[in-house]
Amino acid sequence: MKSPALRDALFGLVAFLVLAALPLLTTSSALIDFVIRCAALGLFATSLNLLVGYGGMVSFGHGLFFGMGAYSFGIIMQRTGMPIPLAILLTMAVAAMVALAVGAICVRLKEIYFAFVTLAFQMLVHSMIIAWVPVTGGDQGLRGGIPRPSFLGINLADQKQLYLFSAALLVLGLLAMRHIVSSPFGYTLRMVRDNPTRAGFLGVDVYRTRLTAFVLAGVFASLGGVVMSLFVSGAYPEFAFWTMSGEAVFIVMLGGTVAFLGPMVGTVLLLLLNDFVTRVAEHHGLVLGAVILLFALGLRKGLLDFVMDWREARRTRAQAGSAGKDKMAAADKMERVAT
Amino acid sequence: MLEITNLVKSFGGVRATDDVTLTFATGSLTAIIGPNGAGKSTFFNLLSGAFGPDSGDIRLDGQSIVGLSIGEIVRRGIGRAFQVASIFPSLTVEETMLAAVSAHHRQSARLGARFPLPSTRDHAAHCIEMVGLTGKRDTLSANLSHGDQKLLDIALALVLEPKVLLLDEPTAGMGPEERWRVIEKVRELWERQKITVVFIEHDMDIVFRIAPSIRVLSYGRVLAEGTPQEIRTNPAVIEAYLGTEHEAAA
Repeated sequence: MKSPALRDALFGLVAFLVLAALPLLTTSSALIDFVIRCAALGLFATSLNLLVGYGGMVSFGHGLFFGMGAYSFGIIMQRTGMPIPLAILLTMAVAAMVALAVGAICVRLKEIYFAFVTLAFQMLVHSMIIAWVPVTGGDQGLRGGIPRPSFLGINLADQKQLYLFSAALLVLGLLAMRHIVSSPFGYTLRMVRDNPTRAGFLGVDVYRTRLTAFVLAGVFASLGGVVMSLFVSGAYPEFAFWTMSGEAVFIVMLGGTVAFLGPMVGTVLLLLLNDFVTRVAEHHGLVLGAVILLFALGLRKGLLDFVMDWREARRTRAQAGSAGKDKMAAADKMERVAT
Repeated sequence: MLEITNLVKSFGGVRATDDVTLTFATGSLTAIIGPNGAGKSTFFNLLSGAFGPDSGDIRLDGQSIVGLSIGEIVRRGIGRAFQVASIFPSLTVEETMLAAVSAHHRQSARLGARFPLPSTRDHAAHCIEMVGLTGKRDTLSANLSHGDQKLLDIALALVLEPKVLLLDEPTAGMGPEERWRVIEKVRELWERQKITVVFIEHDMDIVFRIAPSIRVLSYGRVLAEGTPQEIRTNPAVIEAYLGTEHEAAA
């Protein structure tokens, strides 16, 4: 019997090996940079999907935690010079604390109020970053570079090693989130998303479930922020601006909310589109907008969800065909929400 | 045994439950009937703790449950299925039951383990088997038929191992064939598990064929109680209720 946990771990290992082999095949530093940006945004978007897809909580302020991660990590490194792994853990702890405070207020609220209050908190933090110049550098951002002292023989000042390190963080972060959604808690979160009243009757603490999800999502968003600040060797107010949250929502819509890797697919799509379109078109926002509309109105779901449903429908049809049961037609197959 | 004495609940000036005194023996199967607005659902809401009564007492095996929270009443052993099936559409039947059993075992917040917990499997499978959904355990709840969704709702109530099971119109909104299938399942469940089942039902054919004992509510009061034969021939019931309603239903 193959354990699903083992299967996930193997999948992660293979993904990491493929990423690690990439620099051997190409000397293109643009590709290397692309993967690092994918790691930062992918962690961020997947963490948002813990809330959107699995928790049914659409946050418009998730960029708060991405920005928080980049700034906390940058400031810790500039001011203390502690070993990088320790600084990362400390950053995640800071994000957890902030998420606990913000979440304690927000997760009680229903849909639209939740969305707007999370957005309000994000703008509050953004304003603090702009105003608190001695610590954050204000609208200039955290400049002067982030020191990257070697640890355990790893030197992140070297682009190739930074690449491997980012890929490792991405894979580990995704595996951790995959584990969360596959745990008893992950299924409790789905219950709360589907029917909070009934979940309450069954003895589930709805508020605590939502708050836990909010904190976990914040922690992994901050890890994305860490990767970003390592990549640009700084932190900028845009990381905590509302457009950052908007980008994550776009990514989730593009890639899909049901399949676990949907947001990862969305990240690659958005960055590809971004890089390609900005090169050829002047009003690249217009093109991106059109693509988003195509997904929202055309497919009515993210790309990976679309592919998964299509495969599922084909399988069901094949089964129905062999069993001679047309009733099981794929058409009445309801779309699954996050699995 | 579930004993209700002098139970009163008013909404504004309306006495939805008006001095109701009833007893449901342990292991009995009882139907509650009554015209619309007779106070049947209010009565269930009082029993399950959704509302507190204005006065009167509800005792389960000798202990009063008035004033306890919904959760505590569930733990004491009063389970409830809803008029509109209250389920988790995006989970399969099996996932639903495994997650519900985790919650019942107070393991629902666990992050360290993998779902499903091995300790939840037997109980979940047992509850699925009790309502006859074993063959559909991998079906998405949203794709179940109306009747099967109702049975899943009942299975969710069974997770908590109730002594008393309250079913609010278990066959509402179904075609005739499905109605019989669901109600037969309910009777089978009652026979096998020896739990006390109280159900509200509008379909008189079902009530008279299934329930060994019937209580009739009208304007919040108990109008009659007895066997199907006694209810059928009770002049007060015929006048207040069956005369019009039965013809309409037939």
